[in-house]
Amino acid sequence: MLASRRFSVKDDVTGHTQVKSSVQRAIRAKILEQYKEGIEGIIDDVMPKKSPLILMKCHEHINLIVMNNEVLFFNHFDGPYYPTLKLLHKYPNMLPRLQVDRGAIKFVMAGANIMCPGLTSKGARMDVSVPADAVVAITAEGKNEILAVGTTKMSTDDIKRINKNIGVETVHYLNDCLWKSVVVL
Amino acid sequence: MADSPDAPSSEHVKPREVPYCGFCSLPPEYCECKQWLSRNDKVLYSILYNTLEDHLASASLGDDRPEEDRKKAKEAAKIEKKIQQKMQSKVLIKRIERTKRKCVTCVFGLENFDVDLKKAAKLFANKFACGSSVTKNNQGNDEIVVQGDVSDEIFDLILEHWPIVPEDNIDLIEDKKKSK
Repeated sequence: MLASRRFSVKDDVTGHTQVKSSVQRAIRAKILEQYKEGIEGIIDDVMPKKSPLILMKCHEHINLIVMNNEVLFFNHFDGPYYPTLKLLHKYPNMLPRLQVDRGAIKFVMAGANIMCPGLTSKGARMDVSVPADAVVAITAEGKNEILAVGTTKMSTDDIKRINKNIGVETVHYLNDCLWKSVVVL
Repeated sequence: MADSPDAPSSEHVKPREVPYCGFCSLPPEYCECKQWLSRNDKVLYSILYNTLEDHLASASLGDDRPEEDRKKAKEAAKIEKKIQQKMQSKVLIKRIERTKRKCVTCVFGLENFDVDLKKAAKLFANKFACGSSVTKNNQGNDEIVVQGDVSDEIFDLILEHWPIVPEDNIDLIEDKKKSK
C-alpha cells in the first residue's frame, strides 16, 4: 500500500502546512478513536493540544503528521493513522504487539509482508487477539524493540487456523526510507 | 532497556528512550555495526553481545585489529572506487538558444562531485546577476539553468569554486536551434 520503500523527504514532500486547529482536533480525535486505550494516557504527551501541528503532504496521498520536528504519524489518503517506529519505540504499548520468529527478522527488515507461519511458529507469539485490518506492531523473538508496523490481513484466530499466506501487511519497517528520513528530521 | 514493562494504562506513561546506532540509525538490537555501540554504550553492548565477546574485544585488542584493518582497507577501496568514478563523470556546460539572440546556459553533472545544486544555482545567480534555477530535465536528472550566455564564466567559476572538479572533465557545448 504505502510506498515507504521509495520514500524520500527531499523528493516526495509536496508541501507542508500548519493545519487549522479544527483540523488538528479532528486528526487528534481520529487517532484517539483508532487506538483508544492504547493511547489515552499518552496522547497529551504525544500531541499536546496547544502546540502547532504540521501536515506534510507527499505524493500518492501520503500524509505525515509532524509536531515539534518529529514525524509522529502517517497515513494514506483517508486510511488509518500509523505511528512511526520512532514514536512506537517511545511508547511501545500503544499498539497490540505480535511477535515473529527469529527467521523472519531479516525479511521483515527488507520490507516483506509477514506470513502466517512466521507468527505461529515456536519463537513467535500472539498474546493478544486482534481482528482483521487492525494496526499492529511487530516485534521479534529475542528482541525488545519494535521492528515494523503493519495491518493485519486476517484476525489472529484466522492466522492460527489457516496458517498460510500473508498474515500482516508490513507498512513501515526499520530502515525503510520513511525511517531514514524520520530519523534525519 | 530490559524487557518493556507491560504497564497497565496508567495516567502518565513516560516515553522510553531508545538509543540509535550512530552509523546506521537502527536500534542496537537490529544494528550490525557493533563498533558504534561498543564505543558509546558499553553496558548495552555487553548485554547484547554477551559478556564473553565483550571480554574478548576489550581484553585482547590484538585479536580485534586484523578484522578492523580489513574493514578499513575495504572502506578505503570503496572510497577510492568512488573517487575514480567521480573522476570519470563529466560536467557539461551547454549553451542553448532560446530565440535568435537570447540563450540559456545549462550545467549538467555537477551533482556527481557532491555539489549542492541549489547553492550552486544561487551562487550563479548572484555572480552573474541573472535568473538561475535547478530544474529536472526530461531524463529526470537535475540540472542548473542559468539565463544568459555565461558558459565561459561558469567554466572559470566552477574551477575556482569546486577544485575537486578536474578541468578536463568540463565540456562546453553549444546547441543551436535548428533554423526553420
